[in-house]
Amino acid sequence: MSNRIDQLFAGKKTGVLNIYCTAGFPELNDTLPVMKSLQQHGADMIELGMPFSDPLADGPVIQDSSTRAIKNGMSLKVLFEQLKDFRQQIHLPVLLMGYLNPVLLYGIENFCKKCAEVGVDGVILPDLPMDEYETEYKPVFEQYNLHLIFLVTPETTEDRIRKIDTVSKGFIYAVSSSSTTGKDKDMGHQQAYFERLNALQLTNPVLIGFGIKDKATFEAAASHSNGGIIGTAFIRAIENTTNLDTSIKEFIAGVKHN
Amino acid sequence: MKIADSTFGSKYHVDEKGFYGRFGGAYIPEMLFPNVDELQRNYLKILKDPAFQQEFDDLLRDYVGRPSPLYFAKRLSEKYKAQIYLKREDLNHTGAHKVNNTIGQILLAKRLGKTRIIAETGAGQHGVATATVCALMGLECVVYMGSIDIQRQAPNVARMKMLGATVVPATSGSQTLKDACNEAIRDWINNPVNTHYILGTAAGPHPYPDMVTRFQSVISEEIKKQLLEKTGKANPDYVMACIGGGSNAAGAYYHFLDEPDVKLIAIEAGGKGVHSGHSAATTQLGKLGIIHASKTLLMQTDDGQITEPYSISAGLDYPGIGPLHAHLYETGRATFLNATDEEALQAAYELTRLEGIIPALESSHALAKLAQVAFKPNDVVVVCLSGRGDKDMETYIRNLPGNTGGNV
Ligand SMILES: Cc1ncc(COP(=O)(O)O)c(C=O)c1O
Repeated sequence: MSNRIDQLFAGKKTGVLNIYCTAGFPELNDTLPVMKSLQQHGADMIELGMPFSDPLADGPVIQDSSTRAIKNGMSLKVLFEQLKDFRQQIHLPVLLMGYLNPVLLYGIENFCKKCAEVGVDGVILPDLPMDEYETEYKPVFEQYNLHLIFLVTPETTEDRIRKIDTVSKGFIYAVSSSSTTGKDKDMGHQQAYFERLNALQLTNPVLIGFGIKDKATFEAAASHSNGGIIGTAFIRAIENTTNLDTSIKEFIAGVKHN
Repeated sequence: MKIADSTFGSKYHVDEKGFYGRFGGAYIPEMLFPNVDELQRNYLKILKDPAFQQEFDDLLRDYVGRPSPLYFAKRLSEKYKAQIYLKREDLNHTGAHKVNNTIGQILLAKRLGKTRIIAETGAGQHGVATATVCALMGLECVVYMGSIDIQRQAPNVARMKMLGATVVPATSGSQTLKDACNEAIRDWINNPVNTHYILGTAAGPHPYPDMVTRFQSVISEEIKKQLLEKTGKANPDYVMACIGGGSNAAGAYYHFLDEPDVKLIAIEAGGKGVHSGHSAATTQLGKLGIIHASKTLLMQTDDGQITEPYSISAGLDYPGIGPLHAHLYETGRATFLNATDEEALQAAYELTRLEGIIPALESSHALAKLAQVAFKPNDVVVVCLSGRGDKDMETYIRNLPGNTGGNV
């Protein structure tokens, strides 16, 4: 069975641009319009945030977007409702990113089944332990052709990175620095870490995320991996916009061109 | 002291993977893996080291003032027609049981080479206990505290500042203990190498629930000895304790967990009433979920968002419960009751007038349920008086019967 994430990396090895946006943000029904604009203006992959009340790995910007989305009425049920026919318009690979609690309550099997039904390709659940995934949930994710993407950080040991590489599918999410999202830690310091990752010759493609906010940081990330993930900077760009499509167009142009 | 008694295999102790039955574990993002893994691999080794135990014992004795007295409360006993003993954790240095744990964890942090300490706090007792041991050891200390709690526990904020800690307000969510804990975890993610997180209750990712429980187990170890001396029997009929995350209760229960004759009673914060929409009675309102990296009972919406709890007591205002207690609840080993704000206040006024002891609002929740249990006259009941009420004076005076709001 083929998965859109694998298809993307089969054809594009460098400069893959993955953009994160919290679902139901800025307004409840913006989920699909945001995806359409991202696709039209040149993103390669979309990561939709499933908002959670207590997002431990996120900084204030993404926290606030989650709070706002929940206030707007976003939930897993509403999200799957919104995504019901999205494959008629969106051909980019789409990931859902969020925390384990709402997914557990929804039911892992139910969740995977729904993802497959609507056409989601992958999932990022930072607080799902790799061991538990392997022993309890892997067959379910595989049955529904859903890739589970794991994170590595500058503090992750080589042994563990290799282990993560064997368990991950789709790509590996390399967190650029040990931080919550949206911290402005200097990417220059991560050079050695990026080079170390590169030298490991992992089987999965690698996308670098956290701290990417413009052309310079995107290119720095892309030069050491298959591309980058932008979240906080994108949320900032659209949080107060009066024209979603124009803001998204300008944002992507700013990352990809001069 | 036997803080590191290895009790794997007992039904009520943590298993090798960090679970109590189906509760517990370490649901952490990868960014925390090295820190938590370091603790998991080292905590038992360090706790079992005789030099560590010696240092821990010495500090508990000479610095904290342990053993804390087990006081026979004569007038309270007459009123409730049972033999009621108070375990006086309120007499510890800094005024609550929290210091037992911070002494243990600061010694552990030093052995792990950490130079910076962070903590969350609700009532401020854990924050003060952390700031205290940081002053003692000369380590940098940052305490996260919900903005609402900063207001309602002002004396403790002042103490932390005087002790040299930086108190950072948590302004997200309900601005209480849960949010302070979120911010502490985020700080740890951002400072993974030099920082140790002194978590203040028997919750969070493995090994915290077990580690904190072991440090607090000195409470029940002393109860056993003291009861034997006073009554000729080491085991009481009842042990009662309030539960926020569950550290004073875990410590008070620990050496009785495998003694089925000892009835364990846990008292949660009922707030304005369990079904009022303003409560923190997790076992009554919660479902299986994940909070602060632990799989446990959790107050949450049908969509899996964590609910904002409510209690007059900052230390019990938490939407979860430590995994040991979720397990004690599910197996029926402990009986869970809850006390409302009003019941807790009345119990505080009562203890003050009957025994001359002003209890912490948290501990008052446990005292409030003396009226609800059908004791026999010879039953020996130990109530863990987890802390003293200095920090709550403003609330007590404001709510004093007959007080119309003027100056006192
Ligand atoms: C005096 C006192 N008792 C009890 C608690 C509740 O915590 P735990 O359930 O961990 O004992 C607190 C927490 O701040 C406290 O200060």
